[in-house]
This record gives sequence, C-alpha cells and structure tokens, in this order.
Amino acid sequence: MSPTDPVDASVVLSARGLTKSFGSNTVLRGIDLDVRRGQVVALIGPSGSGKTTVLRSLNGLEVPDGGTVSFGGTGTFGGAGAAGRAGAGTPLALDFGATVGKRGIAALRDRSAMVFQHYNLFPHMTVLKNVTEGPVQVQKRPKADAEADALRLLARVGLADKRDAYPFQLSGGQQQRVGIVRALALKPQLLLFDEPTSALDPELVGEVLAVIKELAEEGWTMVIVTHELGFARHVADEVVFMDGGIVVERGPAADVLGAPQQERTKQFVKRIQHEV
Amino acid sequence: MTFNWDLVWSSFGPIIGGALTGTIPLTLASFAFGLLLALLVALLRLSPNKVLSAVARFYVSVIRGTPLLVQLFVIFYGLPSLGVKLEPWPSAIIAFSLNVGGYAAEIIRAAILSVPKGQWEAGHTIGMSGTQTLLRIILPQAARVSVPPLSNTFISLVKDTSLASLILVTELFRNAQQIAAFSQEFMVLYLQAALVYWVVCLALSTAQSALERRLDRYVAH
Repeated sequence: MSPTDPVDASVVLSARGLTKSFGSNTVLRGIDLDVRRGQVVALIGPSGSGKTTVLRSLNGLEVPDGGTVSFGGTGTFGGAGAAGRAGAGTPLALDFGATVGKRGIAALRDRSAMVFQHYNLFPHMTVLKNVTEGPVQVQKRPKADAEADALRLLARVGLADKRDAYPFQLSGGQQQRVGIVRALALKPQLLLFDEPTSALDPELVGEVLAVIKELAEEGWTMVIVTHELGFARHVADEVVFMDGGIVVERGPAADVLGAPQQERTKQFVKRIQHEV
Repeated sequence: MTFNWDLVWSSFGPIIGGALTGTIPLTLASFAFGLLLALLVALLRLSPNKVLSAVARFYVSVIRGTPLLVQLFVIFYGLPSLGVKLEPWPSAIIAFSLNVGGYAAEIIRAAILSVPKGQWEAGHTIGMSGTQTLLRIILPQAARVSVPPLSNTFISLVKDTSLASLILVTELFRNAQQIAAFSQEFMVLYLQAALVYWVVCLALSTAQSALERRLDRYVAH
C-alpha cells in the first residue's frame, strides 16, 4: 500500500467552473479545483459557503448545473491490477453543461469515494460486510480477495477484532474508521472526506484524524472538507477557502491559515481559532 | 342446551380441513401476490413521475375507501357482465391480492421513507446503481420497520378470507356454515370456527415475534 510513484505530481482531478443552484439559491458560482497525485487539499469556509457541495459534486452525489470535472488517466492508487471496474483508471472528462447521464455519474464514482460526516455505515451488515459490499457486489472482485483486503485494512485502523460486529456496537470513532476503510477498499483515485470528525465526541476526534494523517503520509490523494484548522494546517498541502460559492483564497496551508491575504479569510480564521 | 359432543368432534375435521386446503393457501397466495403488488405500488408512489405517482395514489385510495366484500363481489359477480368469468378461487385470490396491495403499499412506502437518505448516498458512493441500493441497502432496512404493520395486515387477511365463503370458495368458514345449516347447531359450529381462526392467528403472532427478534439483531436496544 504505497504510492506507485510518490514523485509523480500529475493532476488526478481537475474541476473547472462548477456552478450549482438549489432553486433560487445559488451555492456554487464557478469553482475551479486541481488536485495532484498524492496531494491533500482541505476545503474550508463558513457553513453555506458551498464547500460540501463541491465535494459531493466530485462523487456525483450532487450534479452541478455547469462546469467540467476531469480525472487523469493515471490509474488507481492501489497500482497495477487494483483497478475496481474496467475503465476506472482511464481518463474521464464530464461536462455538466451537457447531459452527463447515469454512466457519467457511475464513472465518477469509479474514481472517487466518500467518507461521510455521519459515517452512513450499513446498519444491517457486519463491519466486514460493510467493507466488502462495494468490492464484491459492484466491482465483482472475488469474495475471498475482497475479504483479505478488508481485513488487512481493518487491522491497519485497529479494528480487526470488530469484523463481525454490527455498526451499532461500535463507538462513533470506530464507525468512522470503518467508514474510511469502506472507502479505501474501493481503491479510488481520490478520497473525499465530508467533515469526517464533526459528528464525533471531542475525545474521539483524535483517533480518526490520526488515521487520515497516516493516509496522507502514505500518499493517498484526498480532498477534505473540515473545520479542524489545526489539522488542516498539519496535513493539507493546499488549503482552499470558500465563501458565498466562490474560492476566496487558496494556497499552501501555512500561507492561507497562517498569513491570510483576503479580509474574509482573515475573519474566518480568526473566528474559528477563537472558538477552539 | 344439550351438547352434541359427537357433532363437535366430527366437525373439527372439515373445519380444520377447510383451514388447511382453503383459508391458509388462499391467505398465503394472496399475501405473496399482494406484497409484490404493494412493493410496485409503493415504488410508483415514490417515483418522481407525477402521472405514475398519481395512478398509484388513486389505486390505494380506491382499495382503502371501499369495502373488501364489495371488491370481492365486483370481481366475482360483476365482471361476468363484461364477459370476464372467473372461478371462485381466482376471483378470491385477485380480490385479496388487490386489497393487500393497497394497504401494504402505504406500509412499504413509509418504511422506505424511514431509511435515512445517507443510506442511499452510501450505496451510491460504493458504486451501486439505484436498483442495487434499493435491493441490498434500503429494502432490508425497510423490512425491519415494516414487519409489525405487515404482520397486522397478514393476520387480518387470515380472517378476511372468510368472506370468500360468499363467493363459494370452500374454506374454513364455509365448511362450518354448511354443517351448521345441516345440523342447526349454529352456536357450536361458529364457536368452533372462531377457535380455529384464533389458533391460526396465535401461531402467526408467535412467528411474528420471532421474525422481529431476528430482524432486530442489528439495532441497539
């Protein structure tokens, strides 16, 4: 589980001009986003800024009204033979201005996987089943392979002994670690995290952030929507600050969070740090 | 009132026989078809297509707004005037299936809606299609929620099948009725019929509890 080529800085994801309205409420007003292989991008901003909508658009959970999303054809992260479905490692270009259709959305989901704020584990399945469901049912991988993979990943996040537990028997932190493993098991090119620690009790936040940090160090490509600015500063290569459906400021984490240039960014960073 | 024990014992045979060859198969067949229909109607109700949704709503409204006996009579006695002549058994199964379809559709619809939206999204993020997510993620969870109300529908159906006696289906109640008419022992025969219905429903309630326990294994208590 190491990146096939850690110095390869090719662009994994490139989004241009994403727009989205819900009724009369415009939430995205032309968002550009580039994510390079092995890069961690943190999306920050006040609630209603559109950051979660951007993230969800990258997984087809929202369909933008306009703009493009393209994935480079750099293969899945897991390396040779790891591709989920046929074609998951080939280049993809979607133009939301035209009709993308079910196949376009499916192609997007072959390339990215989401970790949800509220975990959204399948309550009627054991931990192991939660993790192997996608690889076995969707990617049609042999069950034995998928289970071996799942157990290896569960062991890495310290949950090997929970394989037969149901989600309700786990703490929030454990559930979220299973949520992360469920996404990893799909071997996506891009991992998406939607405020992965916001629903957790404060004492459980650390264990989940530690796992994400490890993944970052291993070279997984990630986009993280977060309110944990301290975490973003340590883990993210780039921070993108959004407000009112536009990108206000972006750059290296230390710059945007340490010495913001824009007034709105300054206020936001100051306010969040006061809260913490 | 003198008690004719011989009649009581000799009557249990045809009454239980009527349950085994009439009431129970009629209930099982109607419930199975009814559930399939109900799932279809529930999905139509939930469909974004306004026409399909309206058709489903109309169907549910008609079924729930008219007596089961009238539905049964329309099919058995009414349809022949349109040239559709059905035997008692098919008529009964059609009428009861349509009836279950109407009631269970609302139960299934509510159960599907009770599953959090995040479960659909989780299904989608692991790459499942809408149908796959429905079948593997949503319906198993909806099933747990809908077992208690569907059991009520099922148990009601067992008793409602007695109405089929009125369109000449040989089942539990019709057998009791015929012996009663012949022997003039109405009280005894109808109490016997009631007892057999009760025992069947009691057994079903027990089965329901077992099923609920099984489906509750993944829920915190």
